[in-house]
Amino acid sequence: MWAYIARRAIQALFTLLIITVLCFILTRLSADPLAQYATNPNMSTADKEALRERLGLNQPLPVQYFKWLGLAIQGDLGNSFFSKQPVSLMISQRLPNTLKLMFTYEIITILVSLVLGIISAVRQYSLLDNVITTFSFIGFSMPIFFIALGAMLIFAVKFKEWGFPYLPTGADIWDQKDPLEYIKHMILPVSCLVIIGTAGYARFIRTSILEVLGQDYVRTARAKGLSNRMVLYKHALRNAALPLVTIIGLDIPGLLGGALVTESVYAWPGMGRLFWEYAQRGDFPVVLGILLIISSAVVIFTIITDVVYTFVDPRIRLS
Amino acid sequence: MSTSDMTILKAEPIAPPLTPQQLIWRRFSKHRLAIWGMLGFGLLLTFIILGSILVTDKKANEVDLQARLSPPTQLHWMGTDSTGRDIFARMIHGGQISLIVGFLSVIFSVSLGAIVGGVAAYYGGWVDTILMRFTEAMLSIPSLFLLIVLGKYLGRDMQTITVFGQSYSGSVAIVIVVIGATSWMYLARIVRANVLSLREMDYISASKSLGATDVRIFFRHLIPNTMGAIIVSSTLGLAGAILNEAYVSFLGLGVQPPTASWGNMLTSAQSFIQRGAWWMWVFPSMFIIITILCINLMGDGLRDAFDPRSTRHL
Repeated sequence: MWAYIARRAIQALFTLLIITVLCFILTRLSADPLAQYATNPNMSTADKEALRERLGLNQPLPVQYFKWLGLAIQGDLGNSFFSKQPVSLMISQRLPNTLKLMFTYEIITILVSLVLGIISAVRQYSLLDNVITTFSFIGFSMPIFFIALGAMLIFAVKFKEWGFPYLPTGADIWDQKDPLEYIKHMILPVSCLVIIGTAGYARFIRTSILEVLGQDYVRTARAKGLSNRMVLYKHALRNAALPLVTIIGLDIPGLLGGALVTESVYAWPGMGRLFWEYAQRGDFPVVLGILLIISSAVVIFTIITDVVYTFVDPRIRLS
Repeated sequence: MSTSDMTILKAEPIAPPLTPQQLIWRRFSKHRLAIWGMLGFGLLLTFIILGSILVTDKKANEVDLQARLSPPTQLHWMGTDSTGRDIFARMIHGGQISLIVGFLSVIFSVSLGAIVGGVAAYYGGWVDTILMRFTEAMLSIPSLFLLIVLGKYLGRDMQTITVFGQSYSGSVAIVIVVIGATSWMYLARIVRANVLSLREMDYISASKSLGATDVRIFFRHLIPNTMGAIIVSSTLGLAGAILNEAYVSFLGLGVQPPTASWGNMLTSAQSFIQRGAWWMWVFPSMFIIITILCINLMGDGLRDAFDPRSTRHL
């Protein structure tokens, strides 16, 4: 067990190293970090060279990489070129917003799709199942900005026009400290995320329940006279929940990154939007910092998921 | 066995056994939704190909400031956008771009995935370790973030490309590479797993002892035997690629205007939706959704056809 975890941890470190090299090359070279000064009349070419020298941008790339890595290991992700703030501070300001949005979404999605998935599986090929199946197929064929823009058009723009109580879109300035305001601003982005998320999850739950319901031990349970309800909740659901554990475990680190598109459409002050804003400016310390945090979370959670899995499913042995 | 059975058997002409392809087709054609998906996709292709012949790309890029933001009318069937370009014509040419991007990036990612997965499994050892760590590293970065970073990296300088007398923004080529390079990882893993088990088969040792080269074994024996997985994942990958094109273009990193794509048409819709220009949003979205839905349905049918054990999925 511990040997397994240790081996996985070493592999994970290697993977993380590759991630940092890859991301460093891509982000460092994708744009000139000093592009914002290019048209500044107050800075001469000599000034720019001096600044470049001071920031260490004229050193060979491997040197820059190891300097960055050395500081990153100690928790210092450098400063943003644009806002001059430390990257870790910027992330810690945005992270709570993202987590509130994403965890609300994740919990609602799991609950809704459990209900839909169970109904679908138990009444396979019924009208209700067909409706749910159709919706989930359409749902995961849909880019999220389709729903995001549509919901904005209807519930924000049109409702305002028609004189109904309308939902805010986030384009307006709002007080993030006021809990009521906060929740109001969350409604639209969370709903859009839930619709898309449910499409995939519900389908997945349906499939895994159906798979379990077709197994011998379920037939045995039925044969010994258990009620359908008992069979479903006592036997089938528990085993059907196993693959769900994996999926959720692998999705959780993704929640840190937030929903880039949804956050951008609704101007939600979260990580996804932070990433997008600074990626556009070519501000590589910020972009690199966010990438490092999210992918480390992914790598760590993959190991945790695998280990947890052996606890919930004793049939699986770590090797 | 009684004699009457024997006579029946003799009277019936024995059909030649079905080839694997026929079996797959038979299973596929029983999948009603998949057939609908195929029909829908065929219609869509016809629409775009016929449309491209009938409506020139000049028409799609024609600016008419008099007719800015016009709702659907007799003249402009799907309305016009913020510079008065006809949305119907742009749908056709945008669809052409979206599908070209989809197909080419799938070809790119499938080749990459098959080669990486195949090489890793066939050679094993440190080649396998390094390739699979790299695959895992790519998989650990959320795909949209990776798309953006790679898009920014490759999009530093762009030129205009001319193919068949039509000029495309160089961004099209970049988008293809970006999407292809960020979506090969799952296939690489599937191919690796398949090749790992195939490698131990007797016929591989047989061809080795007959003196077949690695390249020959790879392309003649290993890859054809994982074709099922490759076909299924490239079909589903096509849907993913078209969706990804829409995402990166929507974020302004993809296909650059004036070349239309379904994704970048939606980018401009974003700013005008507040003013109620619903047609700019509805038509491109509908085409994206229908296309992807059809391809996904086909992919589902193909998966069931290639892997009879998974028929329960629908």
